[in-house]
Amino acid sequence: MSGIFWWVIFPYISLAIMIVGVLYRYAFRQLTWAAPSTEFFEKKWLRIGSPLFHYGIVFAIVGHVMGILVPINVYEYFGITSEMYHAGGIIGGGFAGLMVIVGLVILLIRKITIDKVRVHATFADFFIVIALIVVAGIGAYMTIIYNTTVVEYEYRATIGPWFRSLFLFQPNYELMKHVPFIFKLHVLTAFGLFASIPFTRLIHFYSLPVHYPMRAPQQYRSRSNFKR
Amino acid sequence: MRIKAQVSMVMHLDKCIGCHTCSVTCKNTWTNRPGTEYMWFNNVETRPGVGYPREWENRDRFKGGWTLKNGKLKLRAGGALNKLANIFYNPNMANTEDFYEPWTYDFDHLIHSPKSKNLPVGRPKSMLTGKFMDKPEWGPNWDDDLAGGREIVPHDPNLQNLQEHISMELEKTFMMYLPRICEHCLNPACVASCPSGALYKRDEDGIVLVDQEACRGWRFCMSGCPYHKVYYNWNTHKAEKCNFCYPRIEAGLPTVCSETCVGRIRYIGVMLYDADKVKEAASVTDEKELYESQLSVFLNPYDPEIIEEARRQGINEQWIQGAQNSPVYKMAMEWKIALPLHPEYRTLPMVWYVPPLSPMMNHIQNEDELSTDAYIPAVDQMRIPQEYLASLLTAGDVKVIRKVLMKLTAMRVHMRGKSLGDIDAFKHSQLMKEAGLSIEEIEDMARLLAVAKYDERFVVPTGRREMKDDLHYEQGACSLEELAPPEGLLHNGKGKAPAIKFTGSAFSTL
Ligand code: SF4
Ligand code: SF4
Repeated sequence: MSGIFWWVIFPYISLAIMIVGVLYRYAFRQLTWAAPSTEFFEKKWLRIGSPLFHYGIVFAIVGHVMGILVPINVYEYFGITSEMYHAGGIIGGGFAGLMVIVGLVILLIRKITIDKVRVHATFADFFIVIALIVVAGIGAYMTIIYNTTVVEYEYRATIGPWFRSLFLFQPNYELMKHVPFIFKLHVLTAFGLFASIPFTRLIHFYSLPVHYPMRAPQQYRSRSNFKR
Repeated sequence: MRIKAQVSMVMHLDKCIGCHTCSVTCKNTWTNRPGTEYMWFNNVETRPGVGYPREWENRDRFKGGWTLKNGKLKLRAGGALNKLANIFYNPNMANTEDFYEPWTYDFDHLIHSPKSKNLPVGRPKSMLTGKFMDKPEWGPNWDDDLAGGREIVPHDPNLQNLQEHISMELEKTFMMYLPRICEHCLNPACVASCPSGALYKRDEDGIVLVDQEACRGWRFCMSGCPYHKVYYNWNTHKAEKCNFCYPRIEAGLPTVCSETCVGRIRYIGVMLYDADKVKEAASVTDEKELYESQLSVFLNPYDPEIIEEARRQGINEQWIQGAQNSPVYKMAMEWKIALPLHPEYRTLPMVWYVPPLSPMMNHIQNEDELSTDAYIPAVDQMRIPQEYLASLLTAGDVKVIRKVLMKLTAMRVHMRGKSLGDIDAFKHSQLMKEAGLSIEEIEDMARLLAVAKYDERFVVPTGRREMKDDLHYEQGACSLEELAPPEGLLHNGKGKAPAIKFTGSAFSTL
């Protein structure tokens, strides 16, 4: 029974909160939608911490797509053996995980020690940094330590298909039954994090300006279509 | 030809007394909210000096504006892909150290201090942290009226080009004021730098604005603007900038800084220009040609063909007339005494300056006996080096500056002669020839520069509203109009009050 709650109900609720929250904020709270930078207050530490963390996250997302969204048969089709995959996963994923954690720790210390930054940090700001450290910390532990000392866990046979089944609306929660606890914890904390996106600065994740390279450099707008 | 109208400004630097009234009235109007304390949409700099933010003209550091790469116009800080790669940390952005840490004083303590042996003091308190500061160390006009000095002069980028001329001797120091607002450029680098497309130039009057709903706080506009006139509000996490007091302009009124300018140095008028030519004009190879190439995008509002075409493109009579009566057109195009600030940034700025004259004239001792042509060497030996003005206003072209100064000197000599009843000598003088203006033009110029009244200094056609569908409703509505639906607040047909909806008010921080 608890399997249904943790691997069906909880993920769906989290995703629903995220989607509804993001849409609501997009529709009614545009004025609060920004990447709340503190670069204006402090540059030196941000210069190290922010790119480390952000690029680490970008690599980590790519890694998660490769490990969770891409089915294992694709790798088999291309003749990539399990050993090759995991070696890549441990090195690449471990590297990304360390970047994220080191970046976050620098950002957290900066948030606490630099007066100007601390004064303007809200509860949500601290919450999100700490939550990210927890999620990324578990993830990095799994990748670097668990995988090398306990067992090279084949999540592509369990967590991957389960995650994909969520989006086919036929959640196969049985798959999660025998997943090691530490992996379960990573998944659950991550879903908790997703649910917090609309209420925190993580919202700026959804405004990466990908269309910028395509648009004309100069923008004209008319106040009231006066050439009608 | 794509004809657009631009509301633009000229400042006559000779008349600026450096009183900062413009800055203060602007601040009281636009930037007296939390998050904006450090912003001065209008600021007045003493030159030589480092300005605000410190060394904003140092383009090697802030990488603002445009540059030519293989003959193509490119943002100096890098194109779109480069921006996306740097989106997590903008290496070129100025921060509190470059601006200053805004502060107030503990006035409360002065009022409520208990009786004590020593006089109570109001200690400075940071407006960023709320903590007491030991001592404020820099402000927006910290070097006001200092005219440089050993600590500051070496950091004025304009002086670095002409170091050998600058002497620290007291007798040779010089000083001028430079009031600055956003230039509302024809080729704005801030707009092109914005990844979210939140900055835009208004079609009808060329005012450059930030859409507060679309801005995501990426901050590339801040460093992208070579004039450093876009600011980051740390409270709303959005960019803000001078908006040319657009609500006043739409109502046909001058900006607050112009309205309140004590020296009456500011002029506002419409310029018609060809938007299709802008890119080409900004791309000329030689920086010194940028001034002329910018002149070439302006259109003659008296030319019947232009008038015809402007009408066809939807510019109405009032705006065409506005362009004809524009004081800016007279100074920039007819008399050519106004010059753009730092044309080498290639943004085609639209707040222009008449260079200052009087300080250099002060060292003429025996003006009564002086022959007219003796003023010519005086222009060449003036106290503010022509090279300095050229570095500010003509990308280093001294010839253009000299010509403008000749015109202003000719005006001065002629008007002086006129009141002393001695104008014949002037008519045939070399000075008159060098100035290249007719007596009539000189007198018009003197009128506009010296005695012109409000209506001549500010020619602002009102914004067009006639094609709005709900003008009838908007008549008498206030800026909270969206609070009240057109059908009325109490009876919206269903018998109950509608939910109140807030949208679009630029400064609410919901
Ligand atoms: S001066 Fe104004 S319009 Fe020009 S680039 Fe800067 S902010 Fe933009
Ligand atoms: S109010 Fe006018 S005279 Fe005074 S500083 Fe500003 S521009 Fe100069």
